[in-house]
Amino acid sequence: METQTIGEITEQSAKSQEQESKSIELTGSAALLEALIIEGVDTIFGYPGGAIMPIYDALFDYGDKLNHILVRHEQGGIHAGQGYARTSGKVGVVFATSGPGATNLVTGLADAQIDSTPLVCITGQVFAHLLGTDAFQETDVINITTPVTKWNYQVTDATEIPEVIAKAFYIAKSGRPGPVLIDITKNAQIQKFDYKGYTPCNHIRSYRPKPIVRQQYIQQAAELINRAEKPFILFGQGVILGEAEKEFKAFVEKSGIPAAWTVLGAGAIPTDHPLNVGMLGMHGNYGPNVLTNSCDVLIAIGMRFDDRVTGRLDKYAKQAQIIHLDIDPAEIDKNVKSTVPVWGDCKETLPLLTELVEHKERTEWLEQFHEHTRQEVEQVIHEELNPTSDEMTMGEVIKQLNELTKGDAVIVTDVGQHQMVACRYAKLNKTRSNVTSGGLGTMGFALPAAIGAKFGAKERDVIAIIGDGGFQMTLQELGTIMQTGIEVKIIILNNRFLGMVRQWQELFNDRRYSFVDIQSPDFVKLASAYGIAGKCISDRKDLPSTLKEMMEHKGSYLLEVMVTKENNVFPMVPQGCSVSEIRLK
Amino acid sequence: MSNKELGQQEYNITVYTENQIGLLNRIAIIFTRRKINIDSLNTSPSEIDSIHRFNIVITESEDVVRKVCRQIEKQVEVLKVYYHTNEDVIWQEMALYKVSTDVIAEQVSVERLLRENGARVVVLRKDYTVFETTGHREETDALINILQPYGLIEFVRSARVAIIKDSDGFNSKLREFERLEPGEDVIENEYLNQGQKVFTM
Repeated sequence: METQTIGEITEQSAKSQEQESKSIELTGSAALLEALIIEGVDTIFGYPGGAIMPIYDALFDYGDKLNHILVRHEQGGIHAGQGYARTSGKVGVVFATSGPGATNLVTGLADAQIDSTPLVCITGQVFAHLLGTDAFQETDVINITTPVTKWNYQVTDATEIPEVIAKAFYIAKSGRPGPVLIDITKNAQIQKFDYKGYTPCNHIRSYRPKPIVRQQYIQQAAELINRAEKPFILFGQGVILGEAEKEFKAFVEKSGIPAAWTVLGAGAIPTDHPLNVGMLGMHGNYGPNVLTNSCDVLIAIGMRFDDRVTGRLDKYAKQAQIIHLDIDPAEIDKNVKSTVPVWGDCKETLPLLTELVEHKERTEWLEQFHEHTRQEVEQVIHEELNPTSDEMTMGEVIKQLNELTKGDAVIVTDVGQHQMVACRYAKLNKTRSNVTSGGLGTMGFALPAAIGAKFGAKERDVIAIIGDGGFQMTLQELGTIMQTGIEVKIIILNNRFLGMVRQWQELFNDRRYSFVDIQSPDFVKLASAYGIAGKCISDRKDLPSTLKEMMEHKGSYLLEVMVTKENNVFPMVPQGCSVSEIRLK
Repeated sequence: MSNKELGQQEYNITVYTENQIGLLNRIAIIFTRRKINIDSLNTSPSEIDSIHRFNIVITESEDVVRKVCRQIEKQVEVLKVYYHTNEDVIWQEMALYKVSTDVIAEQVSVERLLRENGARVVVLRKDYTVFETTGHREETDALINILQPYGLIEFVRSARVAIIKDSDGFNSKLREFERLEPGEDVIENEYLNQGQKVFTM
């Protein structure tokens, strides 16, 4: 009953600025939940505990407005928050208690930081007077999380809450997005104060989320592009985070320049687009890697030249003039020195650039990409997708899956061989369809992220593709699927190895297979214990029908596919080699 | 390899920030993350109370310094970062020297010592005397060497502070910035001493 009055005040305060006269006595916990509602939060992933109990007590009354998903481990909670943020484009919200609850968030924070995922994490903390006394479940979470958050702050007084939460959301989602952690001491959660409403934040005096666009750089970039004979576009997640997919497509189409994507940029334009020439990086496509070292102008858009993309830096695109579009000035010239730095939000800079570039047919240049594709198909792709061996390959599973999804599903992957194969071969028609742990390479990411991804895009099919190793890192989240009844399709590509490490040991350590031989439980029985339907197949002839059964099944489904034990992902740029030294076998 | 071969030299990094708890750590870890030693670090309020100024000295190549500075500048509560070589700044360190008054009075020509080292007496007591000098590292070091034989009791040197030669309008820009948007108060933990009064579980 109390919430009704609060709700009214909340509505009024959101609508009008005349909130000074209206105030109500509220606990810090209730003020926090009010703030979340005004920020448009509908889903929270969390796990209760001693130091966050007052917030959970308040949450008890907010069930109709805030859907709290009880996860099985805080790491699962934060990965779910990431999955939710990636598919919905909104800020993921995560609750955890102090001490172990908070430290369990660290991997997810690091993952979100390196992959620029907007999150607001709320952790409970011991009473303010106990700080620094080694109290029960006390950890210095602010200092532990400083390197892996965009911003963090400790609240010790309830009156700080509305303003701090407003800042948290603004910082998490503006500019280059990232994770924010707010640590709230228990006394501040309990404390009652004069709540005067909530005003979202849209400005912090010391914070410049977007650099000012400089017309002279746009001009210079356009001139370089218009003079170029063999220009090449590399695009990353910046296009998706900036919601600039349309602007990007217009730029690509008008300029007629071939474009290749980083793992996190996948889906920013459809896989089938005629100018989409494939994936960059260590296990990317042949053409994009080789031709990086033949292009004359390289246009990098919303990507950060990760070492897995560039290979050896002193042999990376040395012949090319480089145009780098990025919202984060710290990324410009960090790894690759740019000729023209185009600072700014690509949603603003791309249209300016599109206006100035001339349309050109680049048939010969494109043909070079196609020629490389033909070689890659002949030597790698054809056998991967249509294997002549008895055992199934990961690639043929993805190929069959494409037939069913038609490219409309959200594909969530874990980390390792299956991730590279899925990213290489999955067909994606839409943006926000590829959810994976790119920068940090967090095994165990996929299952919880898929749960979050489904909550963030309930109308879409969400398919988690996971290795037998990664699945065992966070399989406790099957419990979350069971309890929420959320519909997630899980495909375990089981090669009975920690495949990527095994591949490296085979290629670079003389096949000394050191601790990569991993045993697994009966995954189908395990799923069954959680009330989740499932099947395990090892025969090719069962693949199409079982995949179809999985997709048509109402509810979650776990499909374990036994694949070749010692298959390698190719092409591959060996570590320490140049991108143009990419190997097809 | 020597610092010179690596293209390394001393850089003076000037950082204007909000006054925020934890910001020192957030800035310091940007160096430690790359395993860079901080040679000297000074932080204190600037001429505007709510805006703090850091002076940080590291020995690195310009390329690394530029990247580090951009990573500092992108922190939410950092206003502005500059970096300069020693040639681009006027810099000073202050040092205090405590010596036994008896020894000094008997064995040293105090007046000459003060004059030659640009030092002055801060405290003069029957039992000990405290000198102060300000200058570059070599200068403050020189006085240590002079006083060492006379029973130097204690020595302390401050971090470096540096004025940028080419800093036109810094003060007026800062004042204008503060005038347009006054800084917020720092909220500290007021409850640390109230343990006995609170019932907790």
